[in-house]
Amino acid sequence: MAHQATVVNGEARASTTANTKAPCTRAQARRRRGAVGWLFIAPFGIVFLVFLAAPLLYAFYLSLFRSALIGGTHFVLFDNYAKAFSDPSFLSGIRFVIRFSAVLIPLQMLISLAIALMLDVVVTRFARFSRLMIFLPYSIPVVIGTIMWGFLYSKNFGPLGEIFGRFGATAPDFLGKDLVFFGLLNVVTWQWAGYYMIILYAALQGIDPTLYEAARIDGASTWQITLRIKVPLITNALLLILVFALIGTLQFFTEPQVLRFLAAGSIGPDFTPNMYAYQQAFALANFNYGSAISFSLGFVVFVCVYVFLFLTRKRGNFLS
Amino acid sequence: MTTTSAKASRNARPVATRQRPRNIVPHLFIGALLVYFVIPFWWIAVNSSKDAAGLFSGGSALWFAGRVDYIGNLHELFTYNGGIYLRWIGNSALYAFVGGGGATVLCVLAGYGFAKFKFRGRQLAFSALLGAVMVPLTALVIPTFIMLSQLHLTNTIWAVILPSLLSPFGVYLMTVYTRDAVPDELIDAAAVDGAGDFRTFVQVALPLMRPAVVTVLLLSIVATWNNYFLPLAMLSDSKLFPVTVGIGLWQSLASSNNGGGTSLWSLIIIGSLVSIIPLVISFLSLQRYWQGGLSMGSLK
Repeated sequence: MAHQATVVNGEARASTTANTKAPCTRAQARRRRGAVGWLFIAPFGIVFLVFLAAPLLYAFYLSLFRSALIGGTHFVLFDNYAKAFSDPSFLSGIRFVIRFSAVLIPLQMLISLAIALMLDVVVTRFARFSRLMIFLPYSIPVVIGTIMWGFLYSKNFGPLGEIFGRFGATAPDFLGKDLVFFGLLNVVTWQWAGYYMIILYAALQGIDPTLYEAARIDGASTWQITLRIKVPLITNALLLILVFALIGTLQFFTEPQVLRFLAAGSIGPDFTPNMYAYQQAFALANFNYGSAISFSLGFVVFVCVYVFLFLTRKRGNFLS
Repeated sequence: MTTTSAKASRNARPVATRQRPRNIVPHLFIGALLVYFVIPFWWIAVNSSKDAAGLFSGGSALWFAGRVDYIGNLHELFTYNGGIYLRWIGNSALYAFVGGGGATVLCVLAGYGFAKFKFRGRQLAFSALLGAVMVPLTALVIPTFIMLSQLHLTNTIWAVILPSLLSPFGVYLMTVYTRDAVPDELIDAAAVDGAGDFRTFVQVALPLMRPAVVTVLLLSIVATWNNYFLPLAMLSDSKLFPVTVGIGLWQSLASSNNGGGTSLWSLIIIGSLVSIIPLVISFLSLQRYWQGGLSMGSLK
């Protein structure tokens, strides 16, 4: 119905604006509408081609070459990839990121879900104020958030020594080799849990409250309402934050890069794949190898997210 | 919709909840969380008042030292190294408003195009967009750097602004929102009344798209302001740095020479505080918009 109307309007408009003598055909009108549609998309399309498609292709192209000080640049096909996937630095970075995601993502989702469910039930001034404050870390730059936590962990200015000292214990060193994993876990959770919480909270607010009343009349407890009604109904929002978290942690860069200077020795320049690519490209001017790492990383993330979305497709995902 | 239901429950529920004593446990839980989320802010606000001596003297890290000197620290922050800090803030604002604002304009146009026109290749283009949402943007930084360096554009403001115009997720949000918020019938009616496509867009569709526009604008400005990897890679002249890269630079300097860096630590602390104040204020004052807007992708 809407389609027909469009065609008719298209005809009417085409004949007035273009001032043609004979009335346009339907096909012409449809083509004109299509051209206008493309016109709206064109500015973004150009940026998309120049700053997304071109760099991806270019990275792939560069990754097929190797340049040596003597002898110039050679075409080496997939040698760089073979090198990357047998490079202990790259592999240890990948292993770290996978280990980190495996702990971080469930933890973060559980925490943000717990807070959102709690704030959905407790409606007081204090709860509203807390909601804002819990979100606030998201609004500040990752660099600043990491520096703030770096200070809190620090032996020189941090409060940890003082607090633990009061109980006669020595403070844990979250910048040391053993605990830096948890130090980073804490920084990322602090910064992002509030953002995820807001997405889940808004989804909870979108549920029709009459469902709860009906369930209560049927004898459902608060726990049953939470687990059987609320959580299933916000599956889309949960999926959305899972994908965000997945994309975010796999390209982990800023937090370890900033903490590196404070945690001398426990975070190397090859700590995550992204840091390793940065080091290869900018410290060692090895752009071909850096591109290979960048491209592999982008490709791995893309495939992971795509497969994930494909597997969850039946439940109706947010990208549809 | 979200705002109205939130408002309704705000008026209705507190009376009922106050009578139930079991709310004490959730309140304690929320209180504990609040402490956790606020402590870094508290730390930075308190320690911005200290000089190097106060920082290192071993007094309480979570309380003020003997001398509270915000004014002195601010003065040093804004005069250090020829007032470079103010320049960084200015750069951040420039990148955020031109890059983030430009990204929003592109998102609005493209979102409207995807949502309200049927044309050949639309499905394919939209699939490409969804694919782009999943591409980690940091993977693009190194090839983009090499590309721009061949055009002699690295180490200029354009190297930061132009790549910031790319926001696939913004286009996605805009498309999803526009599909529901702007009825086809209204566009057809405007066309019948003789309005051209562009006029229909500006006068009929755009006002209806406003909530999404504000959200995408806020998100892309914040994303550009907070960006670290892109400017870090693109810029080598410290005069062009945004505040994130600038403070990162101070931090690496202060860490690498422990003795000489003591005065830098207090600059880093007060510099961090000053740089987050505009963001915190804008988020608190625009909360009406972002709270509804952030969920657009998850609600259908």
